[in-house]
Amino acid sequence: MALTGLEIYKLLPKTNCKDCGFPTCLAFAMKLSQKQAELSACPHVSEEAKEALSAAAAPPIRLITVGTGDQKIEVGNETVLFRHDKTFFHQPGLMVRVKDNQPLAEVEDLVARVDAFSVERVGMKLRLNGIAVENVSGDANTYATYVEAVRAKTPLPLVLMAKDPTAMKAALAKTNGSRPLLYAADKDNWQAMAELAREHQAPLAVYEPAGLTPLANLVEQVREAGVEDIVLDPGARSPAESLSTLTQLRRLALKKNFRPLGYPYITFPGEGASSEAEEVMLAAQHIAKYGGFIVLDHFDPATAYPLLTLRLNIYTDPQKPIQVEPGLRDINGPKAESPLLVTTNFSLTYFSVSGEVEGSGIPSWLLICDSEGLSVLTAWAAGKFDAEKIAKTVKEFNVGAKLAHQKIVIPGAVSAISGELEEELPGWEIRVGPRE
Amino acid sequence: MPVTVEIPIEKWSGSVRTVTLGATADQGGTRTRTVTVGGETTLPFLHFEGRMPNPPVVGIEIQDHEPVDWAPLLLEVWGAVVKDPAAWAKAAEAKGADLIMLRLRGADSVGNKTTAAQAAETVKKVLGATGLPLIVRGPGQAEQDNELLVAVAEAARGERIALGLCEDKNYATIVAAAQAHNQLVISSTPMDVNLSKQLIILIKDLGLPLDRILMDPTTGALGYGLEYGYSVMERLRLAAFQGDAMTQQPMICFVGEECWRQKESKVGEGVPEEWGDWQKRAITWETVTATSLIHSGADIVILRHPESVKNVKAMIQKLMSQ
Ligand code: B12
Ligand code: SF4
Repeated sequence: MALTGLEIYKLLPKTNCKDCGFPTCLAFAMKLSQKQAELSACPHVSEEAKEALSAAAAPPIRLITVGTGDQKIEVGNETVLFRHDKTFFHQPGLMVRVKDNQPLAEVEDLVARVDAFSVERVGMKLRLNGIAVENVSGDANTYATYVEAVRAKTPLPLVLMAKDPTAMKAALAKTNGSRPLLYAADKDNWQAMAELAREHQAPLAVYEPAGLTPLANLVEQVREAGVEDIVLDPGARSPAESLSTLTQLRRLALKKNFRPLGYPYITFPGEGASSEAEEVMLAAQHIAKYGGFIVLDHFDPATAYPLLTLRLNIYTDPQKPIQVEPGLRDINGPKAESPLLVTTNFSLTYFSVSGEVEGSGIPSWLLICDSEGLSVLTAWAAGKFDAEKIAKTVKEFNVGAKLAHQKIVIPGAVSAISGELEEELPGWEIRVGPRE
Repeated sequence: MPVTVEIPIEKWSGSVRTVTLGATADQGGTRTRTVTVGGETTLPFLHFEGRMPNPPVVGIEIQDHEPVDWAPLLLEVWGAVVKDPAAWAKAAEAKGADLIMLRLRGADSVGNKTTAAQAAETVKKVLGATGLPLIVRGPGQAEQDNELLVAVAEAARGERIALGLCEDKNYATIVAAAQAHNQLVISSTPMDVNLSKQLIILIKDLGLPLDRILMDPTTGALGYGLEYGYSVMERLRLAAFQGDAMTQQPMICFVGEECWRQKESKVGEGVPEEWGDWQKRAITWETVTATSLIHSGADIVILRHPESVKNVKAMIQKLMSQ
């Protein structure tokens, strides 16, 4: 959270020497708070003040990047508790866990399936974001072999899960600078883990289930050891506990600007659940309520698809429905005699209709009205998909020129406007299509 | 220097009203149990700063006529009972429903219009078959809703059933019937905080006490407007805690109806392979929608598939344990 002018003033030399180009330190501080001046303009400011000021300018929840290249995932930098207050910015990473005591072939097969999984929704490709590899065998070499095998199967970001720094070190030798998330530093191993994180420039998760105060103190120690990219695991596993704890953490960061806990959170819904169905519901909670990296113990398209859809919904900007460009689309290679359908530019509406038409194999023209991203009925109720609008769109895109007929099919949901549309489009035949 | 974390607590001035559905014999009805919802003093399940005296409840939707247009998965799992609302209500009770929602259809499967006498008869049979509290919704067409719900309100005298849906263009008759026969109503508005408040005010102004009104903020299924309902519900809840008296009604979400209309749940063939197993996907669709909405303030979720009921109830139980 930004500092006020007065708070900044307290950090300045207070000599009013004017070297910054402002008459007083206070005037300069005011300009700084309004971001109309740069701190570097004052040649006398102390190192301490510089640090304090740049820390205050940092986001309350640090942005953490895991992985590299196209597949990397960025989490954090959130600014609100409720999506209606603005929007949630960085979708949580959904990852799948494998363990080094499972048969290797099984692990490789699962990783390949997770890597290949992609499901299309409203024109977007929804994908899972990574693999967590856990050291359960207790053996560093075995672990390294598994990590190497997983790395070879997928470019997706990794979470390396090992308590033993030796195992972690062995695994890191196999990840070729691909910036995995290291899980986790705890009260016993944090020094060695911090060292590895620094050496490999990898983000480090900090695990401390004893409470938020011990967690904050452990984070401070890790930070003092030179690690800046941190992810928190407060150890809350059950549905009630994880909701309370993650809410508290998010509030501390956003409302109190509490730096020691200003990082994203990693969760393991499978550990708080007694069945796969419960794991999915808990993962849904973590998507809605502040999870940053969500590590699943099951992978199944039938549950991954709903969770990815939920993530898309929750992270959609409430002010901007997902929309498509208005215009005339050709589907299945239509000719001049092919039918003309009309719909709105709300992505969900457009893709439902275009998908349906494509599936039918019937060559068609699909005209998309600019309804400002509203669905058929919503747009109609808001006056953004009425006879006048449709007629205007028909003219705007010079639709008549492409057709050898003058027939237009409207959605069944707005059958009521067909009369008016006849008036607006003289000579056209208005047909009412099905509702869905 | 060690740091100390102070947990930030929200101190709210308002709370959600409590509403009780159903009446037992000594309360003038015949229900074997009643269901009380509401009473929250903070956002869902935040036990560290407030109270949630009544857990969210799960209702099962049944219909008066065989729902031939329902997804085959649903017809399969319920089997023959879908032809008989009384048997269906009993089966729903056995599947763990906290209450039953009976949806009256405008007509039977061959197109004969549902009459007021039939609706009243069905409600009596359902009340006879189950001891759970009942919600009755009309077909959703103003004229017929009024005709059927008036008869239903009378037939269920003393049972404290909830009647719906009251909408801005059609609420007076339903409210009057509820008032005359000591029933509750559901006030329904399309995903808008102000519209929601306005309709509550209108209903209250007709003289119905606020502890007899449930609020339906309108539900969108996962992938089909879920986030709009989700956020309107969070906003309504925050307004309630800030003391806005007309937003303090318990909320009900018709999750099953919305989810099972969508392609993901309705059809198993000709859909992308990446959608995975049909049944598992469909149940997850309903379960995830319901889970999200109980986290944004739903006090009652109405579901269709017994497996989803089991899942969501288990989740609620865990969320309530402190
Ligand atoms: C989500 C939603 C909203 C969201 C908007 C989402 C959006 N981007 O459009 C919000 C919350 C903003 C909203 C607002 C309003 N809403 Co609204 N909303 C809904 C809701 C729940 C879902 C709509 C949706 O996304 N449908 C999914 C899309 C894919 O459906 P669709 O566009 O209709 O497309 C389908 C068919 O029409 C068909 N189809 C589409 N094109 C074509 C073309 C052809 C040729 C054919 C054959 C078929 C076809 O295929 C598609 C797939 O089945 C519905 C209720 C419901 N459950 O349906 C109410 C609903 C549409 N809203 C309604 C209302 C009244 C409003 C408001 C006016 C309320 C208000 N006063 O604030 C506002 C208006 C908006 C504004 N002023 O900004 C009413 C409309 C009532 C009516 N009959 O007029 C509804 C029906 C709710 C209700 N029961 O009262 N709403
Ligand atoms: S240069 Fe620095 S010390 Fe001098 S007036 Fe400006 S802010 Fe104050």
